[in-house]
Amino acid sequence: MDFNDTAEEAKFRAEARAWLAAHAEALKPGERAAGIEVRAEPGGLQRAQDWQAKKADAGWACITWPKEYGGRGATAIQSVIWNQEEARFKTPPNVFGIGQGMLGPTIMVHGSDEQKQRYLRPMLRGEEIWCQLFSEPSAGSDLAGLRTSAVRDGDDWVINGQKIWTTGAQYCKWGMIVCRTDPGAEKHKGITYFIVDMQAPGIEIRPIKQINGLSGFNEVFFADVRVADTNRVGGVNEGWRAALTTLMNERHSIGGGGGGPDFNDLMQLAKHTAWNGRPALEDHAVRQQLARFYTRLKGLQYTSYRTQTALSRGQTPGPESSIGKLVGAPLRQEMAIFALDLEGPAGASTDKTVAPQDAAWQQSFLGAPGLRLAGGTDEILRNIIAERVLGLPPEIRADKGMAFKDVPTGPKNT
Amino acid sequence: MNFDFSDDQKLLRKTAREYLAEHAPLTLCRAVLESEASYSDTLWKGVAELGWLGTAIPEEYGGAGFGRLELVAIAEELGHALAPIPFSSSIYLASEALQLAGSAAQKQQYLPKLASGEWIGSFAHAERPGEQGAAEITTTFSNGKLSGAKVPVADGATAHFAIVTTQAGKDIGLALVDLTGSGVTRTTVRSIDPSRSLASLRFDGAPAQLLANAGGWATVQTLLDRAAVLMAFEQVGGASRAFEITREYTLGRYAFGRAIASFQAIKHRLADLYVEIELARSNCYYGAWALGNDAPELRVAACGARASATDAFELASKEMIQLHGGVGYTWEFDCHLFYRRSKWLAAALGSANQWREQLIQRLEQ
Repeated sequence: MDFNDTAEEAKFRAEARAWLAAHAEALKPGERAAGIEVRAEPGGLQRAQDWQAKKADAGWACITWPKEYGGRGATAIQSVIWNQEEARFKTPPNVFGIGQGMLGPTIMVHGSDEQKQRYLRPMLRGEEIWCQLFSEPSAGSDLAGLRTSAVRDGDDWVINGQKIWTTGAQYCKWGMIVCRTDPGAEKHKGITYFIVDMQAPGIEIRPIKQINGLSGFNEVFFADVRVADTNRVGGVNEGWRAALTTLMNERHSIGGGGGGPDFNDLMQLAKHTAWNGRPALEDHAVRQQLARFYTRLKGLQYTSYRTQTALSRGQTPGPESSIGKLVGAPLRQEMAIFALDLEGPAGASTDKTVAPQDAAWQQSFLGAPGLRLAGGTDEILRNIIAERVLGLPPEIRADKGMAFKDVPTGPKNT
Repeated sequence: MNFDFSDDQKLLRKTAREYLAEHAPLTLCRAVLESEASYSDTLWKGVAELGWLGTAIPEEYGGAGFGRLELVAIAEELGHALAPIPFSSSIYLASEALQLAGSAAQKQQYLPKLASGEWIGSFAHAERPGEQGAAEITTTFSNGKLSGAKVPVADGATAHFAIVTTQAGKDIGLALVDLTGSGVTRTTVRSIDPSRSLASLRFDGAPAQLLANAGGWATVQTLLDRAAVLMAFEQVGGASRAFEITREYTLGRYAFGRAIASFQAIKHRLADLYVEIELARSNCYYGAWALGNDAPELRVAACGARASATDAFELASKEMIQLHGGVGYTWEFDCHLFYRRSKWLAAALGSANQWREQLIQRLEQ
């Protein structure tokens, strides 16, 4: 039992590191690379695209993609190694994760040859950025309850409706959208999947302001938006299969959610704030809670090592690999709440000159609830673990076998 | 990344699981719990014959000469079976103490008999309620004689010898004492888990020798760290078994026309329990790595392994009773075997809170 690369992995790591060292600046100790918020800054998006193109030219973009689409057919563990190595350098953030991680792989499985030829290479190179148009106000956890409609009209489909929580829509050239195409069928059987041009007439993007003041995602409104049938992905009314492929890849592509203050920061905070006239770090209750946080964080880290080990051995990761988000997101929130408690009255200020550590914990507190909701809520994740990992019976579905148009969507009006 | 056990280690675990499934069903734990017996002599002899006791004892001392990674595989399965034998006292504590701090002669005298199972070893440390640090030890050793009282001592009534923490000059020493010899009085004390016995030991000038290579309190801490990791695997094994039984029960128990396992409240609680056990298991893996590689990280790894495994087993045993409904509270059902064992193990080497405090102390250093 050890943490070592195999000989092959070590060789790959050295190759990756050498290329990165020749083309990027290493991060200094304690230094952090910029996050995706830089795409809102002047030139930020261009820098990200330039770096992506550079990687693509050298064969280091989307390395797990097949060679025919510009990847190098790398294994999952090689992808892990590449990400570890790139994280040590001061590079622009990857703002292409949604397309490259989820939507590209969906096209590879369900798309036509023409779609693969047209879309995959520019996606890999970062020339065209993609967004995911899935959730709606009435369909989040119950995605199949979506209502945005697509109606056939000659060689086109006409889309009307609204999507929500669309990350980065304002930067995107293309979107992948799931639409209702047969309201008379059961909900999973009347969905079709399309590629839509985000600059098409009839699309309106409105940013949503989050509780932390940022607007990472949007509402996207569709008013008689035309999509060519050649941009349909998969069969008519068979879109749910492609949607599942997208969702399956979502689990693997969403990053570790790094960034933000960490356990070391919390220890430092406890050391430098007072409790009963002594440093908080000397207080028994504080120490107990810090130990709980540490043990939980390490449990997550070592669980990811188990996953990496399976990948390294070419095996499917075990079911314990599914616990990361369910544990990590609430933990982040609890740590932020605890940190703000340590700060005392100063915890109420987001002013960097008033709150310790540049008010990082305040930002963490405000951002944390979103992590428990995005990409699968805590509750849905528990259901997934219960049903798929533990083999417990599925939920009773009140809408099973019902035509979509008959499914209740709110309280009955009496 | 190779953060997993080898195929051979996994095979050993599988073999142990199969053996215990046949030779240590839960009825065996119950039989010891309900009787005056302190342990199952049949099972003890069985595992001795398989060589399990000597797993991590060097060949020159009659053991199999494997390492701690093999030993934790066995530990987990013993925990899974709630095996009613003094394995932890003999092997996680007495044997480790001798290997850590004994002279060659001391090892030669005791280890082969621990490996064969002919002798049972015990570790006597606690003296009164509360945390047991170096400052709490009042037992004394001088001129070859040990005086003091230790309670509770796991397997103290049936062990042949004890390793006893004692004042020894200016530091803390580890004294080897023959429990069948003079100056030793021992009485069984009632255990919250009668399948794992406890005793009170009194030493009145009992002849003893110090483990020659002990380095004071630091050695005791190292010994406890090693035992903590080994025991944590037992705790995770027990938690897993409690979980498995509970899952099966909820799938078979029907109410309101369907399996209670189909109710979301129960599904979510089982999902949460699964998560806690897996987090503990991962912390145990790290402990095993540190133990197996004699790494300095053991000081921190042991704390994480023990704290998380203790919490996981406690949660599993509470949830087991609760999700069984009323019958979970009957003597007849097996739930209380796990509830008792989880608390016995939680107390054995000091509470999870104590180990959490230690974790922070060690992170600060």
